[in-house]
Amino acid sequence: MSGYVELFIQSVFVENLALTFFLGMCTFLAVSKRIETAFGLGAAVIVVQAITVPTNNLLYRFVIEPGALSWAGLENVDLSFLGLVAYIGVIAAMVQILEMTLDRYFPRLFNALGIFLPLITVNCAILGGTLFMAQRSYTFAESVVYGIGSGTGWALAVVALAGVREKLKYSDVPAGLQGLGIAFIIVGLMSLGFMAFSGIQL
Amino acid sequence: MRSEMKRALLNPIVDNNPITLQILGVCSALAVTTSLLPSLYMCLALISVAALSSAAVSAIRHFLPSSIRIIVQMTIIASLVIVVDQTLKAFAFETSRELSVFVGLIITNCIVLGRTEGFAMSNPVGLSFLDGIGNGLGYSLILIIVASIRELLGAGTLMGMTVLRTTADGGWYNPNGMMMLPPTAFFIIGLIIWAVRSWRVEQVEKPEFRIHEVHRTEVL
Repeated sequence: MSGYVELFIQSVFVENLALTFFLGMCTFLAVSKRIETAFGLGAAVIVVQAITVPTNNLLYRFVIEPGALSWAGLENVDLSFLGLVAYIGVIAAMVQILEMTLDRYFPRLFNALGIFLPLITVNCAILGGTLFMAQRSYTFAESVVYGIGSGTGWALAVVALAGVREKLKYSDVPAGLQGLGIAFIIVGLMSLGFMAFSGIQL
Repeated sequence: MRSEMKRALLNPIVDNNPITLQILGVCSALAVTTSLLPSLYMCLALISVAALSSAAVSAIRHFLPSSIRIIVQMTIIASLVIVVDQTLKAFAFETSRELSVFVGLIITNCIVLGRTEGFAMSNPVGLSFLDGIGNGLGYSLILIIVASIRELLGAGTLMGMTVLRTTADGGWYNPNGMMMLPPTAFFIIGLIIWAVRSWRVEQVEKPEFRIHEVHRTEVL
């Protein structure tokens, strides 16, 4: 049990997808101008990450991994080269299914998250989470924890950055740094702050 | 035609750089810039994927129903990335280990999808190919600058060759460990943006709110 808690803490703080692996930067910078939109996107990322990482974990363990097809009597088949295209297909399909389900059963939630869902298919944090899961060969339970944890870490970072940028618009920034430039410097400072977590052991 | 081709190739390098102006493709880029050699491989990988996917999408653009175009583009890009990934694994195994998941992440690199969707869907094959190369070069320029600064100041080497002899080897240079850590990449990109925008003033973004000039009528 403590292993799962440690993995969760590690994926939220120590190995924060946005601030230490630079994943999902395009959306991270584009959507962090207001707290509400950042919060909506963050929530959507947590949900999608919590669904796609475990799904891709099953796909990896039973189809993609070298020797994974032994349940079908094909021990020598190695499909690992198909990994990338299979994962991106699963992510696109999952996002589409999630969008349709939300639209049908939870229209209020759909109105809040709907516009962010198509953006998420091309968010590298989602594909990155899956690729790290495959590279580190997590078990199914670990992949659930990692999916939720890494999504939460990304959401935390984007909401925090939006908070800083909302205040920042009243400050006097040099002309050349206005907008994108100062955003990069702030993300760097936040990343420096998150590095303080790197020694944490549970 | 000739000048149009030149523009497609050269315009994205400084004037319309995908990273500093369009905020595209920063995602998979920064993590590989701790040293120069893996960054060069990453640049080559991105240039070839961007150019070939733009050309391929442009070649089939008249037969592509618009409702499924994104998924078709993603499939083309993913297949090309798999080819690049397998090539790297075969011929440069050490570097491909170092780049780890970031080669795969070229699939979701916004530069590639942005160019196929924004340019290749409405332009001929040759021009789209050049546009892909141009945007790849714009990305490479930033990547190479960041990687050279980080490797030189962080380890005193360039491409693995000693430039500044470190104190550990009996030299004079005390390497700056901070350069190897993630925050520095953000700082360097921020400073590059500042430098580019001081040179090309038309790229400066308008502030949303001005403290000192709110009394002036044109701001209100």
